[in-house]
Amino acid sequence: MIRAVIVMNTQGKPRLVKFYDFQPPEKQQELIRSVYGVLSERADNVSNFVEADAIFGPGTQLVYKHFATLYFVFVFDSAENELAMLDLIQVFVETLDRCFKNVCELDMVFNFNKMHMLLDEIIFGGQVLETSSEQVLKAVEEIAKLEKSSSAISLVPKSVSARFGR
Amino acid sequence: MGSQGGWGQSKEFLDLVKSIGEARSKAEEDRIILREIETLKRRIAEPDVPRRKMKEYLIRLVYVEMLGHDASFGYIHAVKMTHDDSLLLKRTGYLAVTLFLNEDHDLIILIVNTIQKDLRSDNYLVVCAALTAVCKLINEETIPAVLPQVVELLGHSKEAVRKKAVLALHRFYQRAPNSVSHLISNFRKRLCDNDPGVMGATLCPLFDLIKEDINSYKDLVVSFVSILKQVAERRLPKTYDYHQMPAPFIQIKLLKILALLGGGDKQASGHMYTVLGDIFRKVEASSNIGNAVLYECICCVSSIYPSPKLLETAVDATSRFLKSDSHNLKYMGIDALGRLIKINPDIAEEHQLAVIDCLEDPDDTLKRKTFELLYKMTKSSNVEVIVDRMIDYMISINDNHYKTEIASRCVELAEQFAPSNQWFIQTMNKVFEHAGDLVNVRVAHNLMRLIAEGFGEDDEGADSQLRSSAVDSYLHILGEPKLPSVFLQVICWVLGEYGTADGKYSASYILGKLCDVAEAHSTDDTVKAYTTSAIMKICAFEIAVGRKVELLPECQSLIDELSASHSTDLQQRAYELQALLGLDSQAVESVMPLDASCEDIEQIDKNLSFLDSFVIQSIEKGARPYIPENERSGMFNIGNFRSQYQHEASSHSLRFEAYELPKPSPPPTVAQVALPLPTTDLVQMPEQTYPRETHQAANLPSATHASSADFGVKLRLEGVQRKWGRPTYSSPSASSSSSTQKTANGATHLDGGGTASSQTRDSFYDSRRQQAEVSAEKQKLAASLFGASTVKSEKRQPSAHKTPKGISTSTEKPAVKGAISSSEPPKEKTLPSSPPPDLLDLGEPTPASIPSVDPFKQLEGLLGPTSAPSAIDHSSAAGPKAPDLMALYADAPPAGVSSGSLNPALADMYTVNKNSHETANVAAVKKGPNLQDSLQKDATARQVGVTPTGNNPNLFSDLLG
Repeated sequence: MIRAVIVMNTQGKPRLVKFYDFQPPEKQQELIRSVYGVLSERADNVSNFVEADAIFGPGTQLVYKHFATLYFVFVFDSAENELAMLDLIQVFVETLDRCFKNVCELDMVFNFNKMHMLLDEIIFGGQVLETSSEQVLKAVEEIAKLEKSSSAISLVPKSVSARFGR
Repeated sequence: MGSQGGWGQSKEFLDLVKSIGEARSKAEEDRIILREIETLKRRIAEPDVPRRKMKEYLIRLVYVEMLGHDASFGYIHAVKMTHDDSLLLKRTGYLAVTLFLNEDHDLIILIVNTIQKDLRSDNYLVVCAALTAVCKLINEETIPAVLPQVVELLGHSKEAVRKKAVLALHRFYQRAPNSVSHLISNFRKRLCDNDPGVMGATLCPLFDLIKEDINSYKDLVVSFVSILKQVAERRLPKTYDYHQMPAPFIQIKLLKILALLGGGDKQASGHMYTVLGDIFRKVEASSNIGNAVLYECICCVSSIYPSPKLLETAVDATSRFLKSDSHNLKYMGIDALGRLIKINPDIAEEHQLAVIDCLEDPDDTLKRKTFELLYKMTKSSNVEVIVDRMIDYMISINDNHYKTEIASRCVELAEQFAPSNQWFIQTMNKVFEHAGDLVNVRVAHNLMRLIAEGFGEDDEGADSQLRSSAVDSYLHILGEPKLPSVFLQVICWVLGEYGTADGKYSASYILGKLCDVAEAHSTDDTVKAYTTSAIMKICAFEIAVGRKVELLPECQSLIDELSASHSTDLQQRAYELQALLGLDSQAVESVMPLDASCEDIEQIDKNLSFLDSFVIQSIEKGARPYIPENERSGMFNIGNFRSQYQHEASSHSLRFEAYELPKPSPPPTVAQVALPLPTTDLVQMPEQTYPRETHQAANLPSATHASSADFGVKLRLEGVQRKWGRPTYSSPSASSSSSTQKTANGATHLDGGGTASSQTRDSFYDSRRQQAEVSAEKQKLAASLFGASTVKSEKRQPSAHKTPKGISTSTEKPAVKGAISSSEPPKEKTLPSSPPPDLLDLGEPTPASIPSVDPFKQLEGLLGPTSAPSAIDHSSAAGPKAPDLMALYADAPPAGVSSGSLNPALADMYTVNKNSHETANVAAVKKGPNLQDSLQKDATARQVGVTPTGNNPNLFSDLLG
């Protein structure tokens, strides 16, 4: 089972946090900090796996991927395959990329509710639900269409993101 | 800019994010957020907040909480928003609620109703949103409220909904297995869903179920294998491909399931060989996901009944992993190797170099994985290298969690495979020096025992050599500035026992060292206690051989300090030491014999029968017979402070006995048993003290026998109790208990001999006696803690490889000496509670899982047949559905050329599959039509939620009858 999905930037600031077993906010912060502590010490060109039983309890592992200014971290237990989780991160990022066209950190900050929506279509209750980014996008578009019918919605235009881009 | 806000966010939110992004410090960020919280609190409380505004506030709240601040004031508004009719707002509400609340939160009750309504919605997106919330927010109590709807959704026309419903049920199962145990057949049914996605989702709960109870699912092996075959042969629609791999996540799950089902089962494994071989051949090892499948194949091959051919393929794949440049693959390779060597340890050898490379790798994850592998392949031939490596690594890391783990592994390996004593002691020294505070105290006690007992060879020379080398190394190590407390305890104990044994070091030298230790660790009472005992031993050995002990001034001041210590334990030790210094050599020798730590103490005569003649003499001279204290009313708690302290410490509660009404109790026993006096005598004498009891005593002469037996038991227990001291393990009263123990025998001996006994010893004696008369409750406690006398036979068994030297030698030595076992107590005390193989505890959690499985297993055992008829149901209903099923994989035929021609074959496969199901099930159905009916009835009853878990007598009588 997947225990948590964490997206944070390279300074350790959380951008998306989802625990599939409830954790109180204070505990969440502590876990995020510990994860960041581990990740920030890891060099490039090493494996993407970290044994996380010191942080999340026995038998847990985390897989992370570093994209530009962001870490994508999936925490899971022995019922999942490490390499497959790595690919699931890929699925998530690909989907984001398709959704936001060249996704950057700012997109995530401003649209983190949409991120949650995407993630909910990929992982459901800690289990992998869908691994095709096309299918995920289709599902999300359907929701968006329906939502749009009641209200006009637009994503953050690139111009805004660009203004705040670092 | 407000209009530019994505998803309805306003300029304010953008500004907030921006200012947080620009914050220079955590404090500044906190200030900004606190201001934001203030604003939100105010705004939310305003009357008539527009709904769209409210939505934005909620998102801001979620954001605030993600950054670690409390947003609980807004939870109720999130709950309210879930009630909204607009899908957008409802979804936002659900999102906020799932992030804010846990399933036990008070507000959940306000959402359950909405969820119920939404699960019934016509709009499948609303249903999906509700299912997502269900996963997160429904706890054991609320499951029955939504269960019927969720089960209904398993048959929803949209596959997305079915998929989510399956996973929601799985979640319920994880949360409260009993609540859905009657629905487990649904998972089997969904396995035949005509959407491969739903089938894939069903594998998740099945994996969990199979893990719990493998045998009930053996019948599915063939089905799983055929599904896997079809997936691997690309019979699924192209949309399920991922990076040119056909549905890899489904393959992985299936392989995991097969690995479980095939474990040690030759027949089941036989079905799998072909498909596994196919996958090995077909997988493209160029992609990441291909390697994931490959790795899963290796895992599967290594856990099912081994097939030489497949193993070979797996080994090849593993070596490809190991040779790869990617750290990820190396990691997987090491892990796979660890699995394969369980089947054939020789496999590791050809990969030695690759493994060594991984060990040197800068990647910490890889290194740890490699150490895990090394740990698995340690033999007596390679233990030195591996443990040395491990220790070096242990020294280099800061992570305490992992340090502890690796330290205990070092110890375990060293204990198991140590090539020589010397090496063992050195290794342990290193472990203690660098991770002393992290290892279990039992490790220290094992080390002490090892030094005391040797390795079991009857070679005193080797043993004493071992000891002197230990003493040498410890004296050397004492120079180090900072040593962990546990290690110091070991050092002190060894120095005390063997510091002067080989004559290499003078007593005063050792004493000086010990005093230094005590001084340097003045805050650590345990260490001080150990030093005091060690000093006492050194002094005793000196006195025993007739040398005069000149206490160093620092030693004297240490004793003075300790005798005024707040710790009664330390005080006692100090007083004992002082008392001992006043004894003559003969007394000291029997009190503290040299190197007697391993002597058995089973020879203790707990009835003190050797005193009988003395007692008789005294009574003849007119002394009053002894009356056990608990039989003396009103005098119970006059015990001196120490006994009280001991008592409290050992029972962990206040003493209430003193206030109980005096019970009519049997008359004094020892005296009576010891010598048959005329009853009148007996009655008269206690009369002075216990007027109330006398008549009773006189009337109950027959009771004496029983109570004397009682008394014996008590005394015995008391011996155990005293020997092992208080239950607080951290401050083992090693010497104190042993010395009081010895006064039991030794001191009375002296009394008998007519020598004047010192005041202190008298008080020891008294206190001991009082201790002896413990309440029944305490005895029970003691018995449960120490396992009474049975423990004694067990406790001598050394944990690892040593044969108890104590037992063999004890026969040679006089029994009295057996009474004195100086530091043995702490060691043995742990054993009753957690028996021998100390560090192997790691494996213990497994048995713990059994009870949790049990009730479920039982239930399922009863319901097991349910699945059969229901499957029948399905397949009979599948008559018309069968084409559907075929259509399922044929339906969206992969655009590829090959598939078209293969389709019939697929259909065949499926029907064959079905047939096998059917034939298998016919037998079950034959039991009678009743069965099916009642099951159906029961199922509907359950679905309606009338009797969620209650027994249905009808059902069970059918099943059992």
